[in-house]
Amino acid sequence: MRRIISILMENEAGALSRVAGLFSARAYNIESLTVAPTEDASLSRMTLVTRGTDDIIEQILKQLNKLVDVVKVLDLTEGAHIERELMLIKVAAVGNEMRTEVKRLCDIFRGRIIDVTECSYTIELTGAGSKLDAFIDSLDESTILETVRSGVSGIARGDKRLHV
Amino acid sequence: MELTGAEIFVRCLKEEGVEYLFGYPGGAVLHTYDALFQQQDVQHILVRHEQGATHAADGYARSTGKPGVVLVTSGPGATNAVTGIATAYMDSIPLVVFTGQVFTSLIGNDAFQEVDSVGITRPCVKHNFLVGDVKDLAATIKQAFYIATSGRPGPVVIDLPKDVTAAKALYAYPETVQLRSYNPVVKGHAGQIKKAVKLMLSATRPMVYTGGGVVLDNAAATLTEFVQTLGYPVTNTLMGLGGYPATDRQFLGMLGMHGTYEANMAMHHCDVLVAIGARFDDRVTGAIEKFCPTAKIVHIDIDPTSIAKNIKVDIPIVGGVNSVLRSMLKLIADSDITPDKEALGSWWKQISEWRQQDCLKFESSADVIKPQQVVQALYEITGGDAYVTTDVGQHQMWAAQFYKFDQPRRWITSGGLGTMGFGLPAAMGVQLAHPAETVACITGDGSIQMCLQELSTCLQYRLPIKVINLNNGYLGMVRQWQEIFYQGRYAMSYMDALPDFVKLAEGYGHVGMRIEKSGDVEGALKEAMAMKERLVFLDFKTDATENVYPMIPAGAGLNEMMLV
Repeated sequence: MRRIISILMENEAGALSRVAGLFSARAYNIESLTVAPTEDASLSRMTLVTRGTDDIIEQILKQLNKLVDVVKVLDLTEGAHIERELMLIKVAAVGNEMRTEVKRLCDIFRGRIIDVTECSYTIELTGAGSKLDAFIDSLDESTILETVRSGVSGIARGDKRLHV
Repeated sequence: MELTGAEIFVRCLKEEGVEYLFGYPGGAVLHTYDALFQQQDVQHILVRHEQGATHAADGYARSTGKPGVVLVTSGPGATNAVTGIATAYMDSIPLVVFTGQVFTSLIGNDAFQEVDSVGITRPCVKHNFLVGDVKDLAATIKQAFYIATSGRPGPVVIDLPKDVTAAKALYAYPETVQLRSYNPVVKGHAGQIKKAVKLMLSATRPMVYTGGGVVLDNAAATLTEFVQTLGYPVTNTLMGLGGYPATDRQFLGMLGMHGTYEANMAMHHCDVLVAIGARFDDRVTGAIEKFCPTAKIVHIDIDPTSIAKNIKVDIPIVGGVNSVLRSMLKLIADSDITPDKEALGSWWKQISEWRQQDCLKFESSADVIKPQQVVQALYEITGGDAYVTTDVGQHQMWAAQFYKFDQPRRWITSGGLGTMGFGLPAAMGVQLAHPAETVACITGDGSIQMCLQELSTCLQYRLPIKVINLNNGYLGMVRQWQEIFYQGRYAMSYMDALPDFVKLAEGYGHVGMRIEKSGDVEGALKEAMAMKERLVFLDFKTDATENVYPMIPAGAGLNEMMLV
């Protein structure tokens, strides 16, 4: 099952490699991983998407907690949560008809065109991973010039929060 | 007062009460060695290879309960130490290992003797640090000792760039450590403990299975009280030997792949299993799907990741073994329920029947030396009171089976990683910590050659270790598997060019003895033990075809042992 795990850890050199190393050493799967400092510069917040049976997920959570640099771990998928991912996608847009079509699709998905050339648009789109997938699917594959995705960031709904 | 990093290093070791520092000098640690040279508090032990330093520190730690401390240089010094660090990691032994590093300005430039020590050791340490600023050095060392020795112990590496050891800072050793991200649990959950005690007291076929956690938490006396209060049978893992007196009637011997028939059968048939400071290693469980099919399982361990990793348990308790057992003893004393005497009686009767199998029996010979005979004779001659280190292979299993440990911390073996070459350097650490005691290194002709160079260290520090070499001319355990599972195709398990170990020992300045006849075993051991001041290398020519039995083949359950 797909899980989104939030990790609060000491913002120190090598902290990221401890998490990445743990996953490769124990043959756990990483679908995506994002990390950046929080409002408290001494802490980093990581969101990690993985898949595994309940037993494996239990071990993953325990093993993460065992890392000395890790302050708190939360499995967001255990409760109501919000996940968002950012995608930047460069699409061929040549000629009036094509440019209008791409713009229209972009509007439907509530994307924003953030760069324009004579023959391409660069679009910014945020949402759950499935929404970004759907946007890619709706485009003619041959028109996609480049995509870059941030990986998932997640947060719990309501008052629940991950903090020190 | 401002001190250099090297001086701070020495002061911190003194604050931590470090007696011995096992190490080997080199370019990146020259400042540090210079500071060591100018003090008397910490004695440096010069090994002959960095692997030996880590194993020696490990032996010191296992036999004393105090952390072992190591200092090696950068690059090859650090990589040579890795095997010893991994050995300590697998067996949860507290070590603090200092690795020299090139100048901070050169890190990442492929400088001479540069290696990413923090990166290389990351998967086999509890934690590691790179000290980038001399101002952080004292606090880092304090944290390292705290992390290494608390919770589930383990090795911690501190990478020390050369310029950091030269730079100066105000010195103050922190009194306490506070880490918001590291707070090991000691006390077990009261509700879980209550539930566990209730289950244990209602057992009709109980079994207690204990591991290295009992030894590490200095809980042997508490465990003994616990087991004797309940009157239940108990078995130890390889790492747990000495955690319960082996000569006591309630002790069924070691369990697992080369454990006793009675221990494994009792495991398989029990209805309540109490696992204490053990981690259900594959050498213990055999085939997971066949493990303890009728048992409800209680598992006490300080490390949550050990629980439900290999085997699902019914009542997990995260906490220190000693503290949890103490709480349990209190509840047992206050409980209205007592163990069912009748059920327990018939359970013990069943166990006695299994015992009658006498699974460790071996046929001695008037002529050729049986390896078991040597260990048995050593046990008798030392009164079961020696510190015994081993290497890895057949001799290790025979030592575990035939040397009965009544006390903890006397059995020093590489259980998890199974490191050949461990025995001799580990014995050095043990002998330094216990200068007046008998320290025997039981080894084989394969293993001893993996850290043989340490014979030189033994001479330098006059360490009167007794090396018991069970020399069968084979890599015996490999040979055994090839005989049983590979139709006798002995691929590279025969050593065709063994050295003359007697001359070799003499070459290193020690006493060498060769024993070839069964009747000479006892006499030779007595003679060696009488040489209190000398290292004696006893080269026993043993039966080359002897196998370790009983044995659980791969994929089998604990009730499917091969007896002979």
